[in-house]
Amino acid sequence: MSNLDNEVKILKDNILELMFLVKNQLEKGQKALDHFDEELAHEITENEKRVDSLELTIDRDCENLLALYNPVAVDLRFVMAAFKINSDLERIGDHANSIAKYILDFGKEMEDEAIQKMRVDEMYVTSLKMMSNIFNAFITEDTELARKVFKLDKTLNQINREVSAITAELIRSDIEQIQNYLYLFSIVRKLERVGDLTKNIAEEFIFYIEAKVLKHKKMKSQNDNNNTDS
Amino acid sequence: MEEVSSGTTGPKATKMKTEPKLSSDNETYKLRARNIDVFYGDFQAIYDISLDILDHSITAFIGPSGCGKSTFLRLFNRMNDYIDSFRMNGRILLEEEDIYASSVKVEELRKKIGMVFQKPNPFPKSIYENVAYGLRIQGIKDEDFIEQRVVESLKQATLYDEIKDDLDKQALTLSGGQQQRLCIARTLAVKPSVLLMDEPTSALDPISTAKIEELIFELKKKYTIVIVTHNMQQAGRISDNTAFLYMGKLIEYGDTQKIFTNPEKDRTQNYITGRFG
Repeated sequence: MSNLDNEVKILKDNILELMFLVKNQLEKGQKALDHFDEELAHEITENEKRVDSLELTIDRDCENLLALYNPVAVDLRFVMAAFKINSDLERIGDHANSIAKYILDFGKEMEDEAIQKMRVDEMYVTSLKMMSNIFNAFITEDTELARKVFKLDKTLNQINREVSAITAELIRSDIEQIQNYLYLFSIVRKLERVGDLTKNIAEEFIFYIEAKVLKHKKMKSQNDNNNTDS
Repeated sequence: MEEVSSGTTGPKATKMKTEPKLSSDNETYKLRARNIDVFYGDFQAIYDISLDILDHSITAFIGPSGCGKSTFLRLFNRMNDYIDSFRMNGRILLEEEDIYASSVKVEELRKKIGMVFQKPNPFPKSIYENVAYGLRIQGIKDEDFIEQRVVESLKQATLYDEIKDDLDKQALTLSGGQQQRLCIARTLAVKPSVLLMDEPTSALDPISTAKIEELIFELKKKYTIVIVTHNMQQAGRISDNTAFLYMGKLIEYGDTQKIFTNPEKDRTQNYITGRFG
């Protein structure tokens, strides 16, 4: 194995480690919410330091690879993708941390019926499924598996669009529980952002493997259609 | 003049099918190689290479040692003619004229297609006489004209400001980088339209290399440049198009940016990423 291959492998391993850690943070958040597990919520906030530390390590790995090995073609695409995936993962870690803080701030078990109505569990299951897909896609270099996150992200967006009306209805029906509903509303928003970031990771991964740029594709095709219309 | 259209490999080659001379608006192919085979005795060094080189562009030939890139480059000003066992099939066209046609005088061809070599090779003469040499052997006697051309060429080669007070100094006392720029000035003095460069910076330090690269980039405005280089980063930095040769065959040829970000062929990718060669 050449030095470059070795460095690329180290970078890949570190990204996988960060991906695994961040996915774990989300899973713990789901459990902490379901059972109001304060200890688990504290564990998430503690682990945030590990997420930040790994992010810095990966940044340094990327910088060294660029400076010392002048990568081109697939290696260059990998380093470019790694930079962005690293940043996306760190932000997913931030969202998991924020959710843990909401749970701790609320300080008691959240209303189960509201969790069901606002489809928070479904948000969690879907976003974790997206994370699993991208994790396995990265290990097996399977872009088809990575593409599956795009459809799952649409589910998250749909729930997110509907949650405002549901929250308003819940508040109207029981104003005493407003804080509970607002925390759950915020959690749904955070999970929707997790979905967006996981989608970005999938796009970067596909760019690395296939050299195809997928981001802003929808916007571009819309612009093209508008230009044709005019 | 015979039209050449089949077997084109080169930038924007698809346009060639309907428009043989122009690649796109205001772009013309300066050099064209057609089905080139090269033999040294029984050994075949080049296998059926066809490619077109755009006017006012920088084209880099890359590939591992012994892949045939220097042999291929030297075909463009008939430098291989000196080798007894050399034999060639195919045609090389400069502005659509076959440079291997019996009517072509090699000395005249080399006025149009100059060459800069790997190792700076100034003559053991003064700086001034090195640049004036090509003009003198053409029989030019007008000293004012020669002086004007010498100064102009040294300026074009970005050397003049450094040596303007030492034009009578021995060229061999210059640094390696200065000697190489002097050789470029010497080539420019006879007003070629194509510059061939065979690893022009491989013997130079990074600062001199950077100066030569800047110069090459500047010269692109007036000349068509073909460069052989072992330095992948250099090919990426300065060239518009890159040809990757391997074992005498043209593996891939196209836009440099594409070659260095997303090459079509696995073999190209493996070479430029340092995984073989």
